[in-house]
Amino acid sequence: MNRRNFLKNSLMTVGTITTLAGLMIKPKRLYAAWPKASFDITGLSDSINSVYGHNNLNESSEVILKAPDIAENGAIVPLNVKTKLKNVESIMIFVENNPQPLSSGYNLSSKSVPIVGTRIKMGKTSKVIAAVKSNGKIYTASKEVKVTIGGCGG
Amino acid sequence: MSTIKLRAKESKGVVTVKAIIKHPMETGQRKNKKTGEKIPAHFIQQVICKANNDEVITINWGPAVSKNPYLTFAYMGSKGDAIELTWEDNQGNKDSLQGEVK
Repeated sequence: MNRRNFLKNSLMTVGTITTLAGLMIKPKRLYAAWPKASFDITGLSDSINSVYGHNNLNESSEVILKAPDIAENGAIVPLNVKTKLKNVESIMIFVENNPQPLSSGYNLSSKSVPIVGTRIKMGKTSKVIAAVKSNGKIYTASKEVKVTIGGCGG
Repeated sequence: MSTIKLRAKESKGVVTVKAIIKHPMETGQRKNKKTGEKIPAHFIQQVICKANNDEVITINWGPAVSKNPYLTFAYMGSKGDAIELTWEDNQGNKDSLQGEVK
């Protein structure tokens, strides 16, 4: 290989590498992916399975779920979940009789204090389950909430 | 005007953040009563909160969260922390708001 060709080739290689690198370093999406599959699943046990990969739940008094006994308006059901468990990774809220049981998930960081509150919609009377993942295990608390007017239909 | 209302207060090393986001949170299951057509799903999928540029919580929401969602959570922080709340919905809309812990 003569010198000219060598230079030409190496320039081309450098060019290709830069283009490739440019393609690979796409602007990182602001968020981690939203778990679409878990939110689409109907049926409680499948839903839990899709979130954790198993159905190993431990009912625990360390998890405190605050929810009304009777929700007059199913469109706004206030929920509060807290726990004294340590190293909490996530808190998930499932509603058994909703079209898709998984209503919301909270991924905590090392700085988080495990308290979350929100308002959800409930189609009809159902068991609400709060699941807390701590040290790789799932602890739950559940409560039956009566709904007089559903919040999912039109 | 921002779609987010944000309040954060510190007490004994724990910052409690409360927020309300203005959003229709359509499930995709409701029908327009006049035309009988389905109203397309339109809901917030993710909310992220950062304190001093560190992510403190990532929240995934499904359509079952109420309209104009309300949210509380807490983290270990202090007065004067710069917090930033960002949301993104299933149609690609997003908004964010910055605030200071009081």
